[in-house]
Amino acid sequence: MWEYTNKVKDHFLNPRNVGVIEDADGIGEVGSLACGDALTLYLKLDKNERIKDAKFQTFGCASAIASSSALTEMIKGLTLEEAKKITNENIADFLGGLPKEKMHCSVMGRDALEKAISNYRGEAEKKVEGEIVCECFGITDLEIERAVRENALKTIEDVTHYVKAGGGCESCHEKIQEIIDASLGKERPEKKKVIHLTNIQKIKLIEETLAREIKPALKKDGGDIELVDVDGNNVLVKLRGTCATCSASQITLKHYVESKLRELVAPELLVEEVES
Amino acid sequence: MNVIYVDNNATTQVSPEVLEEMLPYFNEFYGNPSSMHTFGGKVEQKITEARTRIASLLGASPEEIIFTSCGTESDSTAIRAAVLSNPGKKHILTSRVEHPAIKNHYEYLSKNGYRVTFVPVDRKGRLDLDYLYDNLGDDTALVSIMWANNESGVIFPIEEISKIVREKGIVFHTDAVQAVGKIPMDLNTMAVDMLSLSGHKLHGPKGVGALYVRRGTKYTPFMIGGHQERGRRGGTENVASIIGLGKAAELAAAHLSDNYSQVKQLRDKLENEILKHVSNTIINGDRDHRLPNTTSIAFEYVEGESILLMMDEFGICASSGSACTSGSLEPSHVLRAMGVPFTAAHGSVRFSLSKYNTEEEIDFIIEKLPPIIERLRELSPFWKKIK
Repeated sequence: MWEYTNKVKDHFLNPRNVGVIEDADGIGEVGSLACGDALTLYLKLDKNERIKDAKFQTFGCASAIASSSALTEMIKGLTLEEAKKITNENIADFLGGLPKEKMHCSVMGRDALEKAISNYRGEAEKKVEGEIVCECFGITDLEIERAVRENALKTIEDVTHYVKAGGGCESCHEKIQEIIDASLGKERPEKKKVIHLTNIQKIKLIEETLAREIKPALKKDGGDIELVDVDGNNVLVKLRGTCATCSASQITLKHYVESKLRELVAPELLVEEVES
Repeated sequence: MNVIYVDNNATTQVSPEVLEEMLPYFNEFYGNPSSMHTFGGKVEQKITEARTRIASLLGASPEEIIFTSCGTESDSTAIRAAVLSNPGKKHILTSRVEHPAIKNHYEYLSKNGYRVTFVPVDRKGRLDLDYLYDNLGDDTALVSIMWANNESGVIFPIEEISKIVREKGIVFHTDAVQAVGKIPMDLNTMAVDMLSLSGHKLHGPKGVGALYVRRGTKYTPFMIGGHQERGRRGGTENVASIIGLGKAAELAAAHLSDNYSQVKQLRDKLENEILKHVSNTIINGDRDHRLPNTTSIAFEYVEGESILLMMDEFGICASSGSACTSGSLEPSHVLRAMGVPFTAAHGSVRFSLSKYNTEEEIDFIIEKLPPIIERLRELSPFWKKIK
């Protein structure tokens, strides 16, 4: 059974703005019967290009209907420029979240909105850009790249949940992995090419990295970290705040702190916790 | 809210008589059936009784019954026994509509040195028998065909298939999880070598199953351990559940004809009334050769998960072959193998009844379902276009 929020259930059982706008200014159609979900979005604008009314028709599961309903509620009263900024994440957030397997429903909402706006502006129907990667669902490399970038997706499974690619015969999994790898590679800050660091340079760089990158991240969870000493390549630290009592602290230390320092300072560093 | 449970191919209610028979074996008669003392020996007698009851439901002998932990274990045991007992043979034949317990096992074997032939079905879910027989070869180790399909309810001609497979000297296994207790069977007069069944599909408990292995069939255990089940399945017996399964088998055997004529009547009423009241509706599967309790109904231009969740609001429990309910993105492999068009596959709902369903419940579904479909169709962008 899917874990739907009450808001999803509400928008599914009592969808808002269902129907057709006969004299719509913009219409966006996405999906198909074969894919298992489809949405047609109708926009009516006032003279200032503000969305006066929005209606939809959706074929699909509960989260597809709820996402469509949510979208129409979100965009009413917005200018087209404001509406354009809505992301699939916003739609999911509006509903209090969607099961990750259902994120593609929110992506469908965003796509329909984009199409309706292009339709109003008289822009030619966007040709399928890029190269089809997933033959089963007709998803291109550009669509996958965008989903990976905008939602920080890391696995093939994530990609399937967001844009369906790879959810059929699975023969495109290798290509999807390549896209993910390329995208992760791009986002990774360039490694500083530090070949010979003096001890002082090294300590300084570690301190800087802790202050700039690591401490703010730990503080989000109520934790903190303090540099005690640097002994050769051994970085000795103390964990503070919630980190000190967190059972996952060793994981934080190895998987986060150490890998960050290795990435940004020197690849041979080892992080160790010392007793207070 | 009352629960109207019409999802009995997923699992069934444990009959009160079954539960009653099981309960003393948790904390009153908790002996180990393998023990030498009388306290344990009495438990062993109850297990023997359960074995006899199951054998009698199947038309088999008690020593041909091995208790397992579930239908999947029975299937896995049968497949491995056949494969390991025929080491030179590298070909397996099965159908395209098997349960994942079979399908995924064969997909695994097909990546590990075996050639697996998946026999197709037609639009009504009937097996292509010519294709099956044409593909039997000298290196075929095993033919494994389900007795009845869990989604469409279509019953395969196991008697005929097993006979022809036997003539070629090939082992025949059937996953009869959905068929046992719903339709009569007499294995003594048939050529089935191995058969899997599961307790919780016939009003027994979950966590117990059985494998029938015909006397003389080459066998290798899957669970290797103690001498339980005469060395054919190691591990201390799940005593209470085995006793429960035995009782469930006894009840099923005693009421096979009367229960299922009543169930069939209710199923037919549900199906006919829905067809009458909802347009663009198709029954998936061969209506003449089906389990008496199952109907798979395709509502065109709507999506199954939405139907299920709206029915859920009324306490009606059914299941769907749609993509969205399975966690995958494609509709059920059974409906796709049958060539059900996408317009219908996504909107397929399976109702599977039991002896505990009443006419009032069926009337309630007949009252609530048509407006749900109508509402969802009003929401659908495709509905107006086709109208």
